[in-house]
Amino acid sequence: MSDRITENLKNGRGFIPFVTAGDPDDETSLEILKLLAARGANVIELGVPFSDPMADGVVIQRSSQRALDRGVNLASVLSLAAKLRVSSDVPLVLFSYLNPILRFGIDGLCSAAKKSGVDGILIVDAVDDEARELADKFAEHGISLISLVSPTTSDGRLENICRNARGFIYAVSRAGVTGAANSHSNEAELLAARVRKFTDLPIAVGFGISTAEQVENVWKFADAAVVGSAIVAEIEASIKANDALARVEALLDQLLPLQKAAHTHKVEGSRL
Amino acid sequence: MNCEPDNKGYWGEFGGRFVPETLVAPLDELNEAYLASRDDPEFHAELADLLNHYSGRPTSLYYARRLSEEVGGAQIYLKREDLNHTGAHKINNCLGQILLARRMGKTRIVAETGAGQHGVATATVCALFGLKCVVYMGSEDIRRQELNVFRMQLLGAEVRSVDTGSRTLKDAINEALRDWVSNISDTYYLLGSALGPHPYPLMVREFQSVIGREARRQILEETGKLPDLLVACVGGGSNAIGLFHPFLDDENVQMTGVEAGGRGAALGEHAARFAKGAAVGVLQGTRSYVLQDDDGNIASTHSVSAGLDYASVGPEHSYLRDIGRIKYDSVTDAEALDAFQLLSRTEGIIPALESAHAIAYAVKQAPKMQREQIMIVNVSGRGDKDVDSVRQLLNGGEK
Repeated sequence: MSDRITENLKNGRGFIPFVTAGDPDDETSLEILKLLAARGANVIELGVPFSDPMADGVVIQRSSQRALDRGVNLASVLSLAAKLRVSSDVPLVLFSYLNPILRFGIDGLCSAAKKSGVDGILIVDAVDDEARELADKFAEHGISLISLVSPTTSDGRLENICRNARGFIYAVSRAGVTGAANSHSNEAELLAARVRKFTDLPIAVGFGISTAEQVENVWKFADAAVVGSAIVAEIEASIKANDALARVEALLDQLLPLQKAAHTHKVEGSRL
Repeated sequence: MNCEPDNKGYWGEFGGRFVPETLVAPLDELNEAYLASRDDPEFHAELADLLNHYSGRPTSLYYARRLSEEVGGAQIYLKREDLNHTGAHKINNCLGQILLARRMGKTRIVAETGAGQHGVATATVCALFGLKCVVYMGSEDIRRQELNVFRMQLLGAEVRSVDTGSRTLKDAINEALRDWVSNISDTYYLLGSALGPHPYPLMVREFQSVIGREARRQILEETGKLPDLLVACVGGGSNAIGLFHPFLDDENVQMTGVEAGGRGAALGEHAARFAKGAAVGVLQGTRSYVLQDDDGNIASTHSVSAGLDYASVGPEHSYLRDIGRIKYDSVTDAEALDAFQLLSRTEGIIPALESAHAIAYAVKQAPKMQREQIMIVNVSGRGDKDVDSVRQLLNGGEK
């Protein structure tokens, strides 16, 4: 089974940025998404803010709170997605906790998400039967439930999860919450190798990926690197000077030096 | 009646296991260890020994003569969980879980606490077994319960202040979960109420059911009959489910769980999860009634009592409420404060502010009942920890 998400990650060296929708404000958030798309994001993860993000570290917690303080909700996240769709085909995956989705209503969400051009949804706190039921409903509308696996996931579970998975497999680099880490363990590599036994879907590695070295390293054994907190931290740091775009762009230059060259080339080319 | 959850931890539509994938393996490991302990007579013997000789069980069932005469109507018996070591029912669960943690070879314990009673009980059992202990506590609760913070520190625990969200119990649970998910190899999460992902709600209920088993035996010995009504306060709901559960098959025994009505009916002003406008949702690993806004974000709550100040409720309570077996009601901050003073004055027993909610309901209900009817009220904890904040409240304005 192939879809746009899978298609966009099949060539490896993939880059999947995460940002919280509506942070620091709707307009800037949309500009950041456009920038990420223009700079070669293969998939974009769009965070739905939630009051109790138990799987997130402090950077994304604060970003989530900023968005909530401004009244961002699932409906406004979808409208942001729709606005990005006007100018970009980049596959979009919503990253959410379950309760806001239950409150919105599953059926309503499926049709609204489809209309807004959302390709996939990852729900942090849905596993097992609950995840499978959601995956089936989403699939009826052509939306992929993205599955997350962890170094603690047994082979038996991996096999089950991979059998039902769509889009890509999100492999968590370590047992922990989101956010930068200094550890240099090979847990992620071991996990990716185990996942590979059960599926041909692309594997993306996330949690604690914040430097170009880490991204390069992930590309050695997986198809894509997810970078979240590092980008969100730049957005947070930009609030006073209102220079989010410049900061995110500078971070991308660091993280993806080769893409920088290609991008510069393309932009210059288009001027001619 | 059948009140066992299915093997996925569901009572009807309530319960389950809603956690990030990383926590699935440790929860499976916990469930396995718990089920093995449940069938192991040695485990039960060791636990019974600790409950009796360390915590001082059985706690007494005491006929509150002066209180009963003062309010009229039914005879009010008090189940004295306040007489436990550490001053609340929380120790029952902590002793059970610490034995489990040891069997699992865990060396570090994390816990959340609201009022501080569960934190104190956890710090106590960690001291008893020489285990490292970290307790997460909302900074708002730290302010309200300074004495318990120092008590935990005396017992050798590290208390970490939580400054996110409403800075209360819910936020402390988030932090404890984040700690656990980051340290699963050596760390045991000692959850303090009948909440959270499977198997916690089942396990905590089982460890707390000693309350109801004793109370049932004691009331039969004392009066030769079963009670007409059981009353307990419900935050997460562990003291209530502990008292109620052994009576569920006794059809004529009615039960009321008392929630925190706070200072008003508007969202954010109370912690009455079963009040009008209640909605089922998923919070911190379990599906249950949850106070939330229209976007599914968890509402802030208010109660004069930190232990009842929580936006959701144990899933078994939601089930028992929906099938009509247990009734739930709420009393306000002001009513709880009155009851706090009434019990102190009439019986010489200063209850925890949490337990004062149960007393407040009881004194409203007793006059509607007959003299020969019997009510058992769970005094889940003693009020020493609340004396200072009650003094400030009575002297006008919030602390």
